[in-house]
Amino acid sequence: MAGVLPGQQAAQTAAPVLEVKDLTVEFPTDDGIVYAVRGVSFALEPGDVLGIVGESGSGKSVTSLAIMGLLPRSARVRGEVRFQGRNLLRLGEGELTGVRGKQISMIFQDPMTSLNPVYTVGWQLQEAILAHQDVPKEQAWERSVELLDLVGIPNARERARNYPHEFSGGMRQRAVIAMAMTNDPDVIIADEPTTALDVTIQAQVLDTLERVQESASAAIILITHDLGVVAGMADQVLVMYAGKPVEVGPTDAIYYDPRMPYTLGLLGSLPRLDARGTEPLTPIRGAPPSLINLPPGCPFSPRCPMSRSHCDAEEPALRLVAGASHLAACHFAEELAGDVRAEEVFATAEADLRALEELEELGDLEQAEAGDQERERA
Amino acid sequence: MADTRPRQTPPKAPASGGASPAAPGGEHGAQVHDVPQTAPEREFTIERRSQAQMVLRRFLAHRLAVASLVVLLLVIVGSLIGGRLWKYDYADITDEFSTPPSLAHPMGTDDIGHDSMARILRGAQKSVQVALLVALLSTTFGAVLGALAGYYRGWLDSVLMRFTDLVLTVPYIALTAVLAGTLADRAGNWFYIALVLAALLWTYIARVVRGQFLSLREKEFVEAARALGASDRRIIFRHLLPNATGAIIVNATITVAVAILLEAALSYLGVGIRPPDTSLGLLVQDGQQAATTRPWLFYFPGVIIIVIALTVNFVGDGLRDAFDPTQTRVRA
Amino acid sequence: MTSFIVRRLLISIPVILLSSVLMFLLVANSGDPLAELKGRNPPPPPSVIELREKELNLDKPLPQRYAYWVTHFFRGDMGKAVDGREVRPLLFRRLGVTMRMVTLALFLALFLAIVVGVLSAVRQYTATDYAFTFAGFLFLSTPVFWLAALLKEYAAIRLNQLFGEQVIYTVGEATPNFEGTFAERVADWAGHLALPTLALALITFASWSRYQRSTMLDVLNSDYIRLAKAKGLSRSRVMIRHALRNALIPLTTVAAIDFAAILGGAIITERVFSWHGLGALLLDGIRENDVNVVLAWLMVTSILVVVFNLIADVLYGVLDPRIRYG
Repeated sequence: MAGVLPGQQAAQTAAPVLEVKDLTVEFPTDDGIVYAVRGVSFALEPGDVLGIVGESGSGKSVTSLAIMGLLPRSARVRGEVRFQGRNLLRLGEGELTGVRGKQISMIFQDPMTSLNPVYTVGWQLQEAILAHQDVPKEQAWERSVELLDLVGIPNARERARNYPHEFSGGMRQRAVIAMAMTNDPDVIIADEPTTALDVTIQAQVLDTLERVQESASAAIILITHDLGVVAGMADQVLVMYAGKPVEVGPTDAIYYDPRMPYTLGLLGSLPRLDARGTEPLTPIRGAPPSLINLPPGCPFSPRCPMSRSHCDAEEPALRLVAGASHLAACHFAEELAGDVRAEEVFATAEADLRALEELEELGDLEQAEAGDQERERA
Repeated sequence: MADTRPRQTPPKAPASGGASPAAPGGEHGAQVHDVPQTAPEREFTIERRSQAQMVLRRFLAHRLAVASLVVLLLVIVGSLIGGRLWKYDYADITDEFSTPPSLAHPMGTDDIGHDSMARILRGAQKSVQVALLVALLSTTFGAVLGALAGYYRGWLDSVLMRFTDLVLTVPYIALTAVLAGTLADRAGNWFYIALVLAALLWTYIARVVRGQFLSLREKEFVEAARALGASDRRIIFRHLLPNATGAIIVNATITVAVAILLEAALSYLGVGIRPPDTSLGLLVQDGQQAATTRPWLFYFPGVIIIVIALTVNFVGDGLRDAFDPTQTRVRA
Repeated sequence: MTSFIVRRLLISIPVILLSSVLMFLLVANSGDPLAELKGRNPPPPPSVIELREKELNLDKPLPQRYAYWVTHFFRGDMGKAVDGREVRPLLFRRLGVTMRMVTLALFLALFLAIVVGVLSAVRQYTATDYAFTFAGFLFLSTPVFWLAALLKEYAAIRLNQLFGEQVIYTVGEATPNFEGTFAERVADWAGHLALPTLALALITFASWSRYQRSTMLDVLNSDYIRLAKAKGLSRSRVMIRHALRNALIPLTTVAAIDFAAILGGAIITERVFSWHGLGALLLDGIRENDVNVVLAWLMVTSILVVVFNLIADVLYGVLDPRIRYG
């Protein structure tokens, strides 16, 4: 089940369905070049689920858009995306439209805005079918209804004639998932599919995604910032930070044996239901760096409690740290071997007492002013 | 906490990127906050700037807007005081009629012998005076009424909305023509023309400000302010109005442009500023017949109107971008 | 859908009534319709003045005059002008003349705005975009009377020279006492319509094209367009079926709301080309303090504007399913 990356030991059982090699994306802007993605590589096995995890700005969404060729024209993309023997990055628009929606399909984050508001849901599904299959319209419509049923939309036949605004958020997302599987794709890229939804709906949507994956035996790239979502579904996890992968490996390895402080910090900042009594949370202080003026060295260093001078000098490469396929980009990954707890490395959270004091003073001031005005009016 | 402390702008997102949240632009608007003291300082530093400074900086980056502002200020100042500085007065009659532009008369003379430059200076002065007064009156009145309506809602809001609806049912030019035409005894006085125009144009700003206040009052910082005991007056003036300043200023400039064109139209039709005084619109009317034979009488006044309106529009556009660079909408 | 229309109609009625009150107050208090009569030399005998006063109801108190006027108006009786002509047929005849120009200009402006706006958006930040944007600003800042006069004095002569005969006319809305087939009549109308419509359309399309450009940009950057591309649809299909279909909706409302502005522009343009349309009627009425004419003019215009706004709302509901069930 392990994927093959440079550095990992060869353990492949089947050829990967999608292989990304050294993907780089740059955006020229007025303030300078934004290095959004700085060398992402991974291999996706058929039927596998790869979870790409990272904060906003880590480059995970840009990676997926680059694979699909959906970045704006100003973007400069380099590297290789091998799919069915071709490099997708070199394909013209005409050839790409043959791939999109048919062999690789995509699900976006915000279901409220993903569907065209002026066409019925069934019509949009039908369109997806007719774009790639030469079938009569009625048959395509029937298939749309079938698909809506498959993803758990009640009264699919009637609902197909509804407009998107008549669907709830969760149902809309399920309709989008249905759209993604219409043509039996080999890969489904789900870009933050549950971020915009309530937790209870999240579970339903993820469930749908799982079912779809089984029935279509498609490989899934699940992009999210939510570690909980990934834990349930992914076979492999790729953690991204500042445009680069900083830790890659099988899900269990990442969760139980993280070797990069950032991953450890992420895991530590999650509240857990199975936590013992009064375990404190350990947030990672600070914010991700700007992608325009990246300083040399490890981009996580300013926020890393384990940071040393070597970290600021040289950016660590992604290297094998454990097992056959667990890689991490940290000079001192060895220190995290064994059962290292997050609070041993990161400081725990404290309430900002100073800020609370200031707030109280201001409240008094407001009340005093209000009192003055009352007296003035009297 | 209710306060309007300056917000820092994130580094600018890719120029041609999308504006939608999941598109590249959103991802790369990496927020650069104050890094708390406990973390080592490796980030490049950002100075905090007040909102006014940020707006100014963005405006100055717009070369076209800045150039337009310069030209506009020159024209305004020139028209307001130029008449007094120029050797001829607009009513003077020289003994050179219908002469093309020359050194003595840079804009030529008309068929009676007036120096065109003097008349154009006078006309521009009147037009500019009207436009500025209209903008001032309508903005003040409109902003206050719009603010009150948007904040308090209720009957005040309904009345305001119905009234502005009514005003909008008839073409501006028709209403102002009726109003101006019927002020027969005060005919032609620029002040009353300005009043007439302001009496109609305030509705536009009122609607805009009302809209702003309607959406602003739902924001959390207002709730927070109220929870801390802030009075209505404080909320309106200290919290809501500063946030609406952008919209107010932008629409004030639009009003200036609209006022210039409306006043010129009224004068052209004969119900605005009337002889013996003159306005740019009147000058166009006078010069129209001679457009092919004595083009200087037709082109100069028209071009001046265009220049004023164009520069005002560019400045307004620049201001709109300066106040809200993420906004792509053109009309309120 | 019908309930939607009915509701909007019902709301419009009080608006129209209210505006009738305001207009009446405005006009009835302005100037003296009998000023001309009184100012004659030698002055007419007081009995004549009194008689006219009675005829025009000027001896009654204001609310009564209003009631009289409004009830008659909605029964179709718009009274007489100061020169004795019946107002209603006069007004409607003029309305027909002006509407030729207005509707043609509206469609021309719509067409221009869509083409320019969409092209600008699709070619954002290219030379085409900048050129169109500048042109838009230029037309936005040009007074319609100046542009109309320019066309009248220059374009007409050049075009006629080009055709070798007089095809474009610059005076009036039709050749007086024209005799000919229907087709010839229409051609004659067209010749008179060409320049005024062009002037009006150019001024109007400017702001619309800017609006269309920003709407199109919003649409092009939206999530559903991205999804449409991700579905593997061809570029042309995405553009036409998805982008345009959404981007054209807001402009319809804008166009209808701007109807009042177009009418205003028409008034001015008519003056330049000496048309006998609504514009001339209003201006004459103002000059002669003709209360009945001015009041009827304002009322009919406002009803027309309200109707156009209603059409816009209905059209929006037809085009955008989200509004339909609102």
